[in-house]
Amino acid sequence: MKTPAEYYQRDRQWHAPALTPEYKTSVSRAPSFPLLSLEQSASEITGPSFRNDDINPGDNDLLHNYATAGESAIGERIILHGRVLDENARPVPHVLVEIWQANAGGRYRHRKDGYLAPIDANFGGCGRTLTDDQGYYVFHTVKPGAYPWRNWVNSWRPAHVHFSVFGTSFSQRLITQCYFEGDPLIARCPIVQTLKDPAAVDQLTAALDMNATIPLDSIAYRFDIVLRGRRATYFENRPEGG
Amino acid sequence: MAQRLDYLKETPSQTAGPYVHIGLAPGAAGFDIYAQELGWDIAGPHAAGERIRVEGLVTDGTGSPVKDVLIEVWQANAAGHYAHPEDPGGTEEGFRGWGRVITDFDTGEWGFDTVKPGPVMGRGGRLMAPHLNLWIVARGINIGLNTRLYFDDEADANAADPVLGLIEWESRRDTLIARREIRDGAPVYRFDIRLQGADETVFFDI
Repeated sequence: MKTPAEYYQRDRQWHAPALTPEYKTSVSRAPSFPLLSLEQSASEITGPSFRNDDINPGDNDLLHNYATAGESAIGERIILHGRVLDENARPVPHVLVEIWQANAGGRYRHRKDGYLAPIDANFGGCGRTLTDDQGYYVFHTVKPGAYPWRNWVNSWRPAHVHFSVFGTSFSQRLITQCYFEGDPLIARCPIVQTLKDPAAVDQLTAALDMNATIPLDSIAYRFDIVLRGRRATYFENRPEGG
Repeated sequence: MAQRLDYLKETPSQTAGPYVHIGLAPGAAGFDIYAQELGWDIAGPHAAGERIRVEGLVTDGTGSPVKDVLIEVWQANAAGHYAHPEDPGGTEEGFRGWGRVITDFDTGEWGFDTVKPGPVMGRGGRLMAPHLNLWIVARGINIGLNTRLYFDDEADANAADPVLGLIEWESRRDTLIARREIRDGAPVYRFDIRLQGADETVFFDI
């Protein structure tokens, strides 16, 4: 009996563990039993797919997708772009990338956010797009502001954009956060520092990309995303216990 | 030194945070921005099979409801096929098999409507009992949690299910079984998820 090719195992020492006491909210929400390792079946290897008619072309322009006609969001205008690749370094085309973020003052448009920085009437704070044939995506937005949160009394999140990414398999499903090169709050953030390997933090830090900057318009940052890779071939299962 | 392998590392996960709704369900965050939000209709109008509702509550290690959780569902149709190019079985028009579920911010209760899936062919030709695949993200969860929901009216199939059978502690298998009741003539399954503690839900590293 043949099983479809599997995705590479997640490197659980590269990702953050569930229990990270410096990020206090994790303490009561972290499973205490180990995860049960599951060899993949069709339930894990398949996953949802999305089409052009699921979204609208302007959904990736956060400067304008919630703005009154003729106006735009306030803040440092940026292009946030990159490619979705897999661990084999192959592009992942036609997959859904969604982002959300605070406005330039560090305020989220959310009924649960009461930070004193004001809402920007022309900024919703979310966008979405499909990667193209080469796995490329682009968003136009403003650079989000840092904001305070309740962890220690004086905790500030570095500027960040939340990313939600689909692959072709439910096992590739990923939510992460993109930080910006040079931000001194990165090293002080207990959420970032749930990652033990400094190289993992680097992988979440978008690089200033002068080549993609639009002169007199927008600064560019590049953020490539890597999803789990897949074995090249089908293989024969050994019978259970064989 | 050996040769360097040229694999990339997977992008590390980070928590979805408390404002995940802005990106994935902006209506719940309190504003209307997209022409259509994604993931609210799992089965579509033409799917065969029994129409069911699933409801539950996610609780943390103190027993408190997790009110800011977001759950994604991935499921087969009633014939046991996924809406995916690698599943040759095919699915009904409009059946996506994928959905997003958000909570009532005041209580943490959540629910969604779908069709009951059929058994799915598993590894080595062993049939898996009908199940929903769930992925759970929230503030305080560093990497999304995968689990499965099985159905208590499928006792024989559950007893033969290769994934439930992998759970060494038999008492913990019950954490993956949803309880069926009939409400106003329609089936509703209850599935509470406990993130931590003695009766903690079984989560998978898939």
